[in-house]
Amino acid sequence: MSLLEVRGLKKYFPIKSGVLKRTTGHVYAVDDISFSIDKGETLGLVGESGCGKSTTGRAVLRLIQATGGSVTFDGTDVMAASRGEMQRLRRDMQIIFQDPYASLNPRKRVRHIIGEPLDIHGIGTEAERKRQVFELLETVGLSAEHAERYPHEFSGGQRQRIGVARALALHPRLIICDEPVSALDVSIRAQIINLLEDLQEEMGLTYVFIAHDLSVVKHLSDRVAVMYLGKIVEISDSNLLYDRPQHPYTEALLSAVPIPDPETERSRRRIILEGDVPSPANPPKGCVFHPRCPRAQEVCTTAMPRLAVSGEAGDRHEVACFFPTRYEDGKRTVSDTPFEGASLGAADAPPIGED
Amino acid sequence: MAERLLEVTDLSTHFFTHAGVVKAVNGVSFTLDRQETLGIVGESGSGKTVAALSVMRLIPDPPGKIVEGSLMLRGRDLRALSDDEMRQVRGNDIAMIFQDPMTSLNPVFKIGDQIAEAIMLHQDKGKDEAWRLAAELLERVGIPDAKNRVKQYPFEFSGGMRQRAMIAMAISCNPDILIADEPTTALDVTIQAQIIDVMREMQTQYHSGVILITHDLGVVAEIADKVMVMYGGRTVEYGPVDEIYYNPHHPYTWGLLGSLPRLDLAEKHRLEPIKGQPPDLLLLPPGCPFVGRCAFELPPCRERWPEHEEVGPGHGVHCWIPNDQRLETRAGLPRFKEWVA
Repeated sequence: MSLLEVRGLKKYFPIKSGVLKRTTGHVYAVDDISFSIDKGETLGLVGESGCGKSTTGRAVLRLIQATGGSVTFDGTDVMAASRGEMQRLRRDMQIIFQDPYASLNPRKRVRHIIGEPLDIHGIGTEAERKRQVFELLETVGLSAEHAERYPHEFSGGQRQRIGVARALALHPRLIICDEPVSALDVSIRAQIINLLEDLQEEMGLTYVFIAHDLSVVKHLSDRVAVMYLGKIVEISDSNLLYDRPQHPYTEALLSAVPIPDPETERSRRRIILEGDVPSPANPPKGCVFHPRCPRAQEVCTTAMPRLAVSGEAGDRHEVACFFPTRYEDGKRTVSDTPFEGASLGAADAPPIGED
Repeated sequence: MAERLLEVTDLSTHFFTHAGVVKAVNGVSFTLDRQETLGIVGESGSGKTVAALSVMRLIPDPPGKIVEGSLMLRGRDLRALSDDEMRQVRGNDIAMIFQDPMTSLNPVFKIGDQIAEAIMLHQDKGKDEAWRLAAELLERVGIPDAKNRVKQYPFEFSGGMRQRAMIAMAISCNPDILIADEPTTALDVTIQAQIIDVMREMQTQYHSGVILITHDLGVVAEIADKVMVMYGGRTVEYGPVDEIYYNPHHPYTWGLLGSLPRLDLAEKHRLEPIKGQPPDLLLLPPGCPFVGRCAFELPPCRERWPEHEEVGPGHGVHCWIPNDQRLETRAGLPRFKEWVA
């Protein structure tokens, strides 16, 4: 059974304008996405700025209230949880933020930062809490002597370790990692990636790993969901997605990532997408990707395709495209007729604006 | 042979702060030919930006100062120029684009005003002519509907378009050298691919030399002809791009390459990070700044900076490990096993 189950999650931010602050529109940050994660698995959420990946992470933790949809954590409905239930859920679900400079209180000692979740949840006596903080520091590769210091005394990589220790304090089962290594230098980034891998193995953690860096996501994830303008356009087992991308956006995204190998770079063909990502306040009609899509046809302008298995039956690989890439006997083909699986269901219903 | 545009020899730029002297750039040498792209790679604080700003003589003084070295631009000594003469060199001969296009564009002036200003400052052109050229340049860097876009303000441009506008401004006076400081770091990958494409096109069209400063070894592999690897204000390794990636000699370069997750490898591999934290620039040892993090440290490393050692055509390294021993050590590293045949 999956540990986390997200169904039809939506988050629309109202746009207010005028003196009366009337709602004049919505930013469709996350628009009807569904996924599930098994225990011990890592799901990568990738996409460019504004695609809704961070909003998804926050809505799952109920740090922001979702507009619609359901989130179920180990059988508990997160959206409907009472205050008390929510507090218990927070022990199980933690988050690590991108910016280790902004996410640690500069006025508090590391001992307080890491110990705060223990205080709030009233875990153990003061002596026990202190011991736990020391243990946590060692778990993340720091030492007990760091406990009395302030965040500014640490480098970026060390601060991120403190952020990881804080997230681990309550022995969570799920950690949402929101761009945890994006602000770090290459050599330090590798340290944190290895640390996250080790912790997962030792503690059986489940991760949602949010990042824009596809190489990092591939490295860490078992499954990957590619997001574009608030939608998941493709979701699959990590290797399958990278070897056999089916959505034209995924293909373009993968081809745009420079590979640190000059020979490979010289022989690669790059798909360059025209234009910019449209505004999520005014998403295109039909498939959200069609204005930039090299494959778009008329049907793409009328309805948003639904996520469906288009490749071999039984593959854990779904794509939301009317003209997905197929791989037959290792050969890459794109059919001229729209893929039927993409047009079933109520996916083409217009989004509902709610205040 | 291509024309030599820039020759930097033994450049040292230090910052004299209350806490002490920061040797941001310490005895760095490199050259740039016409049509060539030099990638300067290194992590935060390695001195790559200060090296580039020194070439432009844009180091804020005080606290910064170029304390040593020569900067020769096509035979002219840049350090001997007056401030007025240097102003002519910037823009005309060397132009620079920065990481964050929003902070380098003035938000209260139209894009066209800003490009036209650069043109009028350096060329004998009237305002109308300059505006016409500005629109033409925007079109050339791939901004759709450039005639109308030129009348817009920076906030009306997306991040990618702002960077295109910066490139348009930089090439407006047809400079010999374009210095790009992390030009794509703030951009998404698909937009990064567009910008790299534009930069490449502009280079072929204008035959300029490009200095690309970045921490992204993927981008360097994509467009650089040669690479300078910096650490703690020093050049640790310098050479043709293939040499740096396939025949790296410095333990720091090994560490960088071993730290990278690879999109193109199917096998899941364990990353091999460099241990420790970046150095404190106030407390750099007299020797190699990489001591303390280097797994192969020798007795002289901390005390003396090693001489430049030529290990291949145009490929130099500064390292105390003897050459044969270095190759042997490298062959034992997991990441390099398959490369040393």
